[in-house]
Amino acid sequence: MNNFLFGRYLPGNSWIHKMSPQSKLLLTFFFVIIIFFANNPLTYGILICLILLSILMSGISLPYFLKGIQPLIWLIIFTVALQVLFASGGKVLWHWGIFSITDQSLINGGYIFIRFMLIIMISTILTLTTAPLAIADGVQTLLHPLKKIKVPVDTLALMLSIALRFVPTLMDEMTTVMNAQRSRGVDFGTGSLRQRLKSAVPLLVPLFSGAIDHAENLSVAMEARGFTDSEHRSKYRVYHWQNRDLLSAIIFLIIGILVVYFRS
Amino acid sequence: MSNIIQVKNISFKYSDQPYLFSDLSLNIEEGKWTTIIGQNGSGKSTLTRLIDGLLTLDKGKIVVDGLPVNDENINMVRNQIGIVFQNPEDQFVGATVEDDVAFGLENRQISRNVMRVKVKNSLKEVGMWDFRNRIPANLSGGQKQRVAIAGIIGLSPKIIILDEATSMLDPQGREDILGLVRKLKDEKHLTIVSITHDIDEATGADRVIVLNQGKIIKDALPEQIFSQTQFLKEIGLDIPFTEKVVEKLRKNNITVPSQYMNEEELLNWITELLSKK
Repeated sequence: MNNFLFGRYLPGNSWIHKMSPQSKLLLTFFFVIIIFFANNPLTYGILICLILLSILMSGISLPYFLKGIQPLIWLIIFTVALQVLFASGGKVLWHWGIFSITDQSLINGGYIFIRFMLIIMISTILTLTTAPLAIADGVQTLLHPLKKIKVPVDTLALMLSIALRFVPTLMDEMTTVMNAQRSRGVDFGTGSLRQRLKSAVPLLVPLFSGAIDHAENLSVAMEARGFTDSEHRSKYRVYHWQNRDLLSAIIFLIIGILVVYFRS
Repeated sequence: MSNIIQVKNISFKYSDQPYLFSDLSLNIEEGKWTTIIGQNGSGKSTLTRLIDGLLTLDKGKIVVDGLPVNDENINMVRNQIGIVFQNPEDQFVGATVEDDVAFGLENRQISRNVMRVKVKNSLKEVGMWDFRNRIPANLSGGQKQRVAIAGIIGLSPKIIILDEATSMLDPQGREDILGLVRKLKDEKHLTIVSITHDIDEATGADRVIVLNQGKIIKDALPEQIFSQTQFLKEIGLDIPFTEKVVEKLRKNNITVPSQYMNEEELLNWITELLSKK
């Protein structure tokens, strides 16, 4: 589980690390949309080249990257296998009961597999190169227009960043509580599902009451530090749209045009 | 010296409890280090919250730097007071050290360029600039309290309140933080109010106020209070370290002068005693 990369952040200094979170988020969305335009070997090939280039530019070694998303590959293969077995149309290659494999379903299955892989790879690149806080900031900027329709974007972003900040704290506390319960003979992680759920209760109760304590103290401290509401605050972190963001956007745009042009 | 905090005949109680304070008055002098000491439940933390307007008074009035604490002045009052709370974890709002120091500045809508300078200067002043990109999970309790202090001095307040700020730290961390606050007090002519139940933290104070069940039962210089070991024990407080040593010496039939001595004085006295023999 330690090599599992999906959703993790690896600090670094690469081209992609230095891009602004807003442009990374936007380009990720753009890429995911483009994926659905690809429908032949050439267009998928172009996208695979782009993803390989992105991995190269993120400074993460390809074998390490692939190993990191391996558990997900199995999940995708399982999904794709179901798709292949139940599909119809085309020449039947194999048939057993309700299951059948056709040449068409094999090709489609392959494409779906590549699609899933591309989506997972691009989002893994995003989270690997962008600190959680920066993602929160990026979301805040991108959602900024929603302020016009009275969505409390700044409050949501502050909530998100405080929640992320407290994840390690609560993890630490969970370890402490687990050790305390273990020393009293509670057995986590064995027995039937029901027993496991039951053993989670003495874990969750102190964890929740601790979290509420944190929230109470934090709100007093925030107020003492001059917090009134999150809409009237200046911002310490600002991300600038740099040349590298522009260049990356141009590359993605060209790829997008190529994919639309070459699709059959 | 003028009184920077004036507490005038205040009464306060938590909703369903008896009055914690009734008709309490107290002045804090500008530029002094005042220690308020008392057991749990003596009302010392409540008092800080009332001074900072985090709780509302039932009766009476509190004036901070010439401004009565009320809804109208609350922001100006809070600009003058920085509080370091007990739990280092629960006052760290930002995702990184830098962001946390900026939090108070962001709240006051200070422009980004000014903010950058202030964050840098404050972090350098508390010796945490090299840690500016760290997340709180990778800092010790003492380091987090340093960051909390940096967040306060960036706003250049006149008063710093230490609300049991060192009680969750190890002895070394406690000494560090108190030393840092002392340094900042001298450099910036700050008024310090330290709230504690640890008698040893009161040794460097200019004045000690003993609070018990919402009442001031002693208000004197530290050395006047520290030698009264009987009194301290009666109200459930510990006695200072040097007094513990003196007590042991007396038990072994050694005559020790009755007036309070700090660690250095006691050490000198013992060396003198030994050299006489």
